[in-house]
Formats: sequence, structure tokens, C-alpha cells
Amino acid sequence: MSSDISDKADDSSKVSIWNDPKARGIFFQVILVAVIAYLVWALVDNTIRNLEARKIASGFGFLDTTASFGINQVLINYTEASSYGAVFIVGLLNTLLVAGVGILFATIIGFSVGIMRLSKNWVVAKIATVYIEVLRNIPLLLQIFFWYFAVLRAVPDKRSKASLFDTFNINVTGIWMPKPLPQDGFNIVVIAVLIGIVLAFIVKKWAKKRQAATGQQFPVIWASLGLIVGLPFVIYLISGSPLEWAYPEFRETGSRLRMGFQLGTGLQIIPEFLALLFALSLYTATFIAEIVRAGILAVSYGQTEAASALGIKNSHTLRLIIIPQAMRVIIPPLTSQYLNLTKNSSLAVAIAYPDLVSVFAGTVLNQTGQAVEIIMMTMGVYLTISIVTSIFMNWYNATMALVER
Amino acid sequence: MKYKLLSVALGAAIGFTASAATAGTLDDVKKKGFVQCGVSQGLSGFSNPDAKGNWSGLDVDVCRAVAAAVFGDDKKVKYTPLSAKERFTALQSGEIDILSRNTTWTATRDTALGLNFAGVNYYDGQGFMVRKDLGVSSALELNGASVCTNTGTTTELNVADYFRENKMKYEVIAFEKADEVIQAYDAGRCDVFTTDASGLYAQRLKLQDASKHIVLPEIISKEPLGPVVRQGDDQWFNLVKWTVFAMVNAEEMGVTSANVDSKKAGSPADKRLLGVEGNFGKNLGVGNDWAYNIVKLVGNYAESFNRNVGPDTPLGIARGVNALWSKGGIQYAPPIR
Ligand SMILES: N[C@@H](CCC(=O)N[C@@H](CS)C(=O)NCC(=O)O)C(=O)O
Repeated sequence: MSSDISDKADDSSKVSIWNDPKARGIFFQVILVAVIAYLVWALVDNTIRNLEARKIASGFGFLDTTASFGINQVLINYTEASSYGAVFIVGLLNTLLVAGVGILFATIIGFSVGIMRLSKNWVVAKIATVYIEVLRNIPLLLQIFFWYFAVLRAVPDKRSKASLFDTFNINVTGIWMPKPLPQDGFNIVVIAVLIGIVLAFIVKKWAKKRQAATGQQFPVIWASLGLIVGLPFVIYLISGSPLEWAYPEFRETGSRLRMGFQLGTGLQIIPEFLALLFALSLYTATFIAEIVRAGILAVSYGQTEAASALGIKNSHTLRLIIIPQAMRVIIPPLTSQYLNLTKNSSLAVAIAYPDLVSVFAGTVLNQTGQAVEIIMMTMGVYLTISIVTSIFMNWYNATMALVER
Repeated sequence: MKYKLLSVALGAAIGFTASAATAGTLDDVKKKGFVQCGVSQGLSGFSNPDAKGNWSGLDVDVCRAVAAAVFGDDKKVKYTPLSAKERFTALQSGEIDILSRNTTWTATRDTALGLNFAGVNYYDGQGFMVRKDLGVSSALELNGASVCTNTGTTTELNVADYFRENKMKYEVIAFEKADEVIQAYDAGRCDVFTTDASGLYAQRLKLQDASKHIVLPEIISKEPLGPVVRQGDDQWFNLVKWTVFAMVNAEEMGVTSANVDSKKAGSPADKRLLGVEGNFGKNLGVGNDWAYNIVKLVGNYAESFNRNVGPDTPLGIARGVNALWSKGGIQYAPPIR
């Protein structure tokens, strides 16, 4: 087939350059590139001239200017005296945090619900169906408001709390728990975890090889757990427990305003984060569930029948036979759900979660008026996040692809 | 030609078009037949839509007055509700002709955003509201408080300054929309709700039980609120500026919507204001009866104030510093002559 085409191309090139599809192709490509380059240049030039004509400040100098406003969740050292550049980092990390945790939750819920919907148990299947149909059809912004205001109204007020094991506490200011304070020497434990992960990989490879060769199975999961959790824990104990916990301080006496959890003590998870996280994960999970269901249904029923004919346990059939084949169908649409979740996290501003769009493309833009620079930076961030996610998922998809022997 | 076409098409995509950059807002407004006015998303007394979508308020009156000056018809206004953080971009990009939305005149906004403030129609300052049961009587007792407010406002900056200056800890929860701020405050997420004092009066009406809340005595900032236009269009800037001045001058001269017709035969100053003598309207690019139309259709500053935010309205705000300079306040307009 392909040799056919090139043969023809060779023939025609002898006739005339204008009838040569190859030369013509190159000609049009060059024209296209030139037109695009001109358009980009015209756009940039025009924008700069207009900004100057209107006396609107431009350039990236504003990134060094003092921000002078507070933010209610910061993952780096940030104060009002920090710069707009620091606000960018704060917003970026907050976006990554809610998107990352959201993707994790949405995946877990989505896979469970997707499988539940296929369950032979009528009640379980119906619960899954109702969950999917209801949450998928309500606008996400409404769900975000619902979770935010529902949670705020349902939990104890600022001066009281509900506690679990005296460690996890909740009230209207969020979830409060002890904050880990790594002491000198904690690095070793972190290194041990990393080594554990590497070792676990090696063990897994080895076990697979051995099973292929001899048919003997090896408890990979338990071994990995031992390596990743057990080993670092032993090292932690040996090195004299180099981790301390800062408990949140709760005052029950004194002036009414000062009662309740004290700002800056313990670890506070703000309700704005929780509400956004709930809404994003539960909403995206409905789509993931449908993708998972479709993926599983795409695997021919003969596979299940063959497995039961061989006497393989139901749970093993799902885990070892159905899911790996279904994954090939699931991963591409799953990627776009992950991207959707990340982009949807920009609805954060509605409930005061300080994500990138809220603090940087919102507050900083408003204060500096430098719309062009700020929107460009923000778009760049979302583009980068999307591309990185896609690359990762494509790689993962490739490892899952059918290996033909 | 080719260049222009291309750049217009492209520029439009990001909102900085070549055509909008040129001055001539007044001509554009006359051509399209209405004034596009940026207002709040609903702030009682200042800019608020009723059930039928008719806007009213002190800030809305500025837009109506400009329409009255240009067209002799105060209804030729279209409104664009904007959140605090959207408002300047909307004006810069030419989406609106005037921004009249409780906007504070600050140095940055006046000099770096390509904007001009055309006057002050309400002198304000930032205040705090708290629940009575907190037992707080001064803002200096607010150490450790959670504070709800709006993003993209001077409020957000003042509160940060105030708490830092007084070495008090605080947590700020900043929403885009004013309604969410008041809801979160009402739900107990915050101890304190802070904004311009006028905003406190207006938003207080939305609380479940307003009697359980008090406004603290401290006013922590200066918030001169006024209409804003794009920089570099002096004709339009002059028109909006003198529209505000005309309303204040009318109050000072005792010209009201009720007596404006008889005042046409009044003192020389009355005659100049109402266009019987002089060419003041023509110099502004509109008819000489511009101020007559403003007072006739919208009223003078006192009428607008009393109708929208004054003692007989739900907001019940006293004139205070917004009284005329001759009556103990600081509202002062240069003379029309
Ligand atoms: N005057 C301040 C604050 C103005 C402001 O946006 N205040 C809020 C709270 S009262 C508001 O008007 N919200 C009404 C809305 O969002 O529609 C400024 O110019 O930055």
C-alpha cells in the first residue's frame, strides 16, 4: 500500500513540479507557517501598542511587588509582605493539591461505583445507578455550593467541636488534627520509604518472572507492604522516633471570640477545600463510573465464562482477567476526566478556596490590572498541567497495551 | 487595510481591539443610543435590580444622569452587573462606558490601570460587623478572628494592613460575590464581616436576624467611591465629571426636580446651570439643557441620596460627611461659569 503511493509520487515528479503532491504539500506548509507567524506577530504588536496607548501598565515587573493581602490556605511561607510572584506559587500549589487529591478520590469512587453498577445484587446496582444519574445531571457549581453551605450548617460551630479519638476534630472552621513536625534525622525515614518502593518494584518483577517460569506464586502485596511501610517504621523506631506532633489548641474559656481552635496551631483543613474536594470528586466519579462500566462491558463475556470454566475465583476473574483488558478501553476517556477535574477546580473562587484562578487571575489581576500577562501565565499553567497529565496517561496506556506473542 | 482587518479580528479575541483604543466614547454612545453602565451584582441603595429587572440606587443615578445629559432620557442606559474583581477589566476592554459600582478611588487604580475617577458620589470608610454575642465592642479586640470579605477589593487590603499593624492574628476568607460573603458569615464561618460601611448597612438587610449583629465603631480606611471612565478620553471624562458636579451644584442652589422649570427664570447662576444662558452643554459635547434634564429626570444630589440610601430608606444612612460643604460635610462642586 505505502509503496504504491510513493511509486506514483515518483512518476508525477517527472511531469511537472506543480503537479507533484510532495512539492505542493511543502509549498502549502510553508505558506501556512508564514501566515500563522504573521498572525502571532500582529497580535502581540497590536496588544502592546494598545496597552501603551491606554496607559495600562505592562511587563512582568509586578511579580516582585508586595501583595499586601492575606490568603486562607498557603502551602509555602507566605505573608502579606510577600510578592505577587509568591501569590502565583501559592495559587498554583493550591490548585495542584485539590486537583491531585480530587483525582485520587474520584478514581477510587468511580471504579467502585462503576463495578457496583454491574453487580448482580439488585439493590447495590440501583444505588450506583441513582448516584450516577443524580450527581451527573446537577451543575457542578450548585454541588459546590451545596457541599459548602450544607457542611457549614451541619457541623458544630466555631466554639465547639466533634472529635474522633481526641485526634481528629471538626467544626465550622474545618478539620483540625495533629501536625507532624519532622525532627533532625527524619530524612533517613523518607529515604527508607523510597528504597522500600524501589525494592518492592524489584520483588514484583522477580515474582512475575518466577511465576511465569515455575507457576509458583509469591505474596507480592504483603512483601511490598513490608518493604514500604514496615522497613521505614523499624528504621524510624531505631533512629529514636524523629517525628513530633503539634496538637491543635482548643480553648474553652476566656473571651468568646478567642474560644475554639487557635489559628496557627495543629493542622487545619479548611472547609473551602473540603467542599471543593467533595464536589469535584463526587461529580467526576460519576463519569469515571460510566467509563469503567463501558470498559468492563467491552470485554467479551466469553472471557468470564472461560475463567469460571477453569475454576478461577470471581474476585480473581475481575482483578486478573477483566480489569486488565478493560483498562485499554478505560484509560483514554479517563484521561479527559482527569483534565476536566483539574480545569473545573477553577470554580473554587465561588466558595473562597484560594486556587490559582481565584488569587492570581482574580485578586492579583484586579489589583495590578495586567490582564494580558496574568491570563497568559494562568493559561500556561493549565496547558502544562494538561500536557503532563496526558503524557503520563499515554505512557500508562502504552504499558497496558495488548502484548502480542 | 489587510493589517487592520487582521488585527481587529485578532485583538477582539482578547478584548483589546484597535477600534476601542481610540477615544470618542461620547460619539460611540450617541451612535448606539444608550450608555452601557457597569454596576454591582446587587447592593441595596447603590445599584440593585428590582423584581422586574429595573435598576435603582445612588450609583445607578449617576448613569441615569449621564444618559439624561446625552439623550434627554434617563432610561437610555443598559446595565452590566459586575463582581468587584471583574469590574476594571470590563471597563478597560470597552465592554462598558462607565463603571459606577461603589468603587474606591485609589492611586493605583487611577494611575496604573488606565482609568480615571470622575468624582466622588459617596465618601465612605471601611467598617466591621460582628455577632452581638461575641461581646466585642472594638475592632482592636478582634485578635484571632476569621474575617469574611470580597476578593478584588480595597477591603481585602485594608483588613490585612489593619490586623498586621495592630499585631493581631486573623484568617481571611475572601469570596467573589457579595452574597456568598454574607451567607458564609451568617452560617458562622466567620466572626467578622468587613466591607465599606455603606456595604455593611446594605448587606445587613440580607441577614436572617439583623438585630443579632452590631457594627463596630472603628472606621479603618478612607473609601471615596465614585464613577470611573477610561483614561485618555477627556471629552467623556469631562461629561461624567460635570454630571456629578451638576447634581451637587443643583442641591446647593436649591434646584430640585420639582422646581426646575420655574428656576429657569431664576438667578444668573440658575440660568447658567439650566442652559438658559451660556454654552456649557455645547462645550461638553451635549445639548445646553444637559443639567436641566439631569435635575428634571434624576433630581439633585440630595434627592438622589434621600431616595436611595437616606434616613427614610431601609438603609437609613445619615448625610454625615456626605452633606454639602456649606452644611458641615465635604461634598463640594466647582461652580458652573
Ligand atoms: N469600595 C471597595 C469595595 C467594593 C465592593 O466590591 N464591595 C462589595 C461588598 S459591599 C460589593 O459591593 N459587592 C456587591 C457585589 O458584588 O455585587 C472597592 O472599591 O474595592
